[in-house]
Amino acid sequence: MDKMPRWADVLLVPVISLLLAAILSAMVILGIGENPLEALGYMVEGALGSSNGWSYTLYYATNFIFTGLAVAIAFHASLFNIGGEGQATLGGLGVALVCLALPWPHWTLALPAAIVGGAAFGAAWALIPAYLQAKRGSHIVITTIMFNYIAFALIIYLLNNGLKPVGQMESSSARFPDGAHLPTLEDMAALIGIEAFQRAPANISLFLALLAAYGVWVLLWRTPLGFEIRAFGKSEPAGRYAGISPTKIIMITMLISGGLAGLMAVNTVMGEAERLVNNSVQNAGFIGIAVALMGRSHPLGILIAGLLFGFLVQGGAELAFWTSIPTELIIVIQALVILFTGALDNMVRMPVEALFNRRRLAQSAARTPAE
Amino acid sequence: MDYATLLQVLDSTIRLATPLLLACLAGLYSERAGIFDIGLEGKMLAAAFLSAAVAFVTGSVWLGLLAGIAASMFLSAIHGLASITFRGNQLISGVAINFLASGLTVLIAQAWFSQGGRTPSLTGAGRFTPWEWPFAEAIIPVPVVGPLYGELLSGHTAIVYLALAMVPISWYVLFRTRFGLRLRAVGENPAAVDTAGVSVVGLRFAAVAICGVLCGVAGAYLATSLQAGFVKEMTAGRGYIALAALIFAKWRPWYALYACLLFGFLQAVALRFQNLDLGLFVVPVEFMDALPYILTVVILAGFVGKAIPPRAGGEPYIKER
Repeated sequence: MDKMPRWADVLLVPVISLLLAAILSAMVILGIGENPLEALGYMVEGALGSSNGWSYTLYYATNFIFTGLAVAIAFHASLFNIGGEGQATLGGLGVALVCLALPWPHWTLALPAAIVGGAAFGAAWALIPAYLQAKRGSHIVITTIMFNYIAFALIIYLLNNGLKPVGQMESSSARFPDGAHLPTLEDMAALIGIEAFQRAPANISLFLALLAAYGVWVLLWRTPLGFEIRAFGKSEPAGRYAGISPTKIIMITMLISGGLAGLMAVNTVMGEAERLVNNSVQNAGFIGIAVALMGRSHPLGILIAGLLFGFLVQGGAELAFWTSIPTELIIVIQALVILFTGALDNMVRMPVEALFNRRRLAQSAARTPAE
Repeated sequence: MDYATLLQVLDSTIRLATPLLLACLAGLYSERAGIFDIGLEGKMLAAAFLSAAVAFVTGSVWLGLLAGIAASMFLSAIHGLASITFRGNQLISGVAINFLASGLTVLIAQAWFSQGGRTPSLTGAGRFTPWEWPFAEAIIPVPVVGPLYGELLSGHTAIVYLALAMVPISWYVLFRTRFGLRLRAVGENPAAVDTAGVSVVGLRFAAVAICGVLCGVAGAYLATSLQAGFVKEMTAGRGYIALAALIFAKWRPWYALYACLLFGFLQAVALRFQNLDLGLFVVPVEFMDALPYILTVVILAGFVGKAIPPRAGGEPYIKER
């Protein structure tokens, strides 16, 4: 079958899908008796209208870049990792254990250790599903869903038994030592003499996320391993024939995926909460699915999609504050983005493809002289 | 544990297993036809909301049930459109449906009732009433058998008995009728069914529709029978437990009943005892909550017999030209 031009594949189809999602979202807002344009106004004002709003937007975007990358790298190997939520939950445990283990003197020492802790715990939570997929053929989607729920139960148990300091009512861990405090954007802006981003959570993890996105790009498109991952994802039999070990690719890809999801905790647990609380992931693992789909599993696309969802979540929170529209609106938008850019992709793709084919036929017919 | 407590736990086992069983059988039809459905959770949730909303407004639980089924069918139609017509990824479609339900229910509940994303409590005819079996009251004083009959078997709502009846019905439909044979064939080898001149698309849509109806009943049961009204995220992972039960049951109706009763029992025990003291050690309630998922992973790992899904599951069928 004829392919359509590259720009149509990379830009046109996703943009049409997103437009459809946006139109339906607007109709939902209309349906509950609110004005979509007014709602958008509140969201833009709340998320992008001040440096404080921007800081929240970037903070959420940091999470979604990590989880989006986690889902995307698995997508490249034809694996669907729905377990980002659980892996990030465990990543939070890893970060918390590292931060509480030592009286850290300075964040420059604590950050690398926390990165290792978060990534290792996140990866460990992906290990069993990966092994079961690679060795026993158990469907990774089901096992990662199950592991999400096991993770939630485990964290609630640990928070109530062991992590919670004696005598504390609220189920959370102790506060991390001051030396584990990550520089926020406010601190960094103050360094260069600018007063901005006050009392807002965005922190140095943002740059870690950008680094991770670059790292994933290098890995996938500039290393032999990345080539193997993509080749395996395109066609398992072909990959096998080329000497690529399915077990190795599934295991490595899922460990990287889990590790990336776990890294999210550096931003939330270490950078923002500075202690481990219940439900520290707040759906970011699932939003990663939408981000990866919308970003076409490409790191650059994920940065853009992550920023958009950061805007949506922060804007949605502001919207809920100023109007009677609950924050669940964002879940609806997220669902519509997943639906149109993921499941209903062919609905947009088929007509666009047909259009290009017809045009090409018409052109070639015009070029060949009539016999 | 004395006899009365045991009966209480078993009684709530039946009540808690009912939504799992309905959703599990729903998934059974869909997955036997080759359509993976991880959107059971979302469909139940949508049905729970709309059934409670309509039951509250009209005062009739039966209209509520119909509305719940309609809501679930609507999401089923989206799933069918995405995964059958447009040959999209069935898992991604399921994820989208779960989020759609999770967001829309709260959004609409807030817009309609302004009670923070819940419906007002249902009373009277807005809920299903228990069916008392004949002589149930009279027979209770009889030792052992009396409470068994009067409390455990009698006194559930119509949907509980419907769910139990659906087990043999599903078995008969799937394994003793032509429709069932074709439905299972379409999940194993759609090309063969197509060659025989039977519509693959038609069969798969039929399976997805049945799945929608059963999920709708399951959701309506949650909101109008188990509880009195809709609250945010009230399915609480039941759709995923049903999915786990389906794998546990290896895609067979009778085993689905046993799996759902087992998982329902775990929920009932967790609800009744919180931290379970076994003398030697204490089983934390969190472990009981996680047990269905852990058991499913063990089953999936193939240590206790292998769970092999329908062969063509998850793959869109592309008709040759």
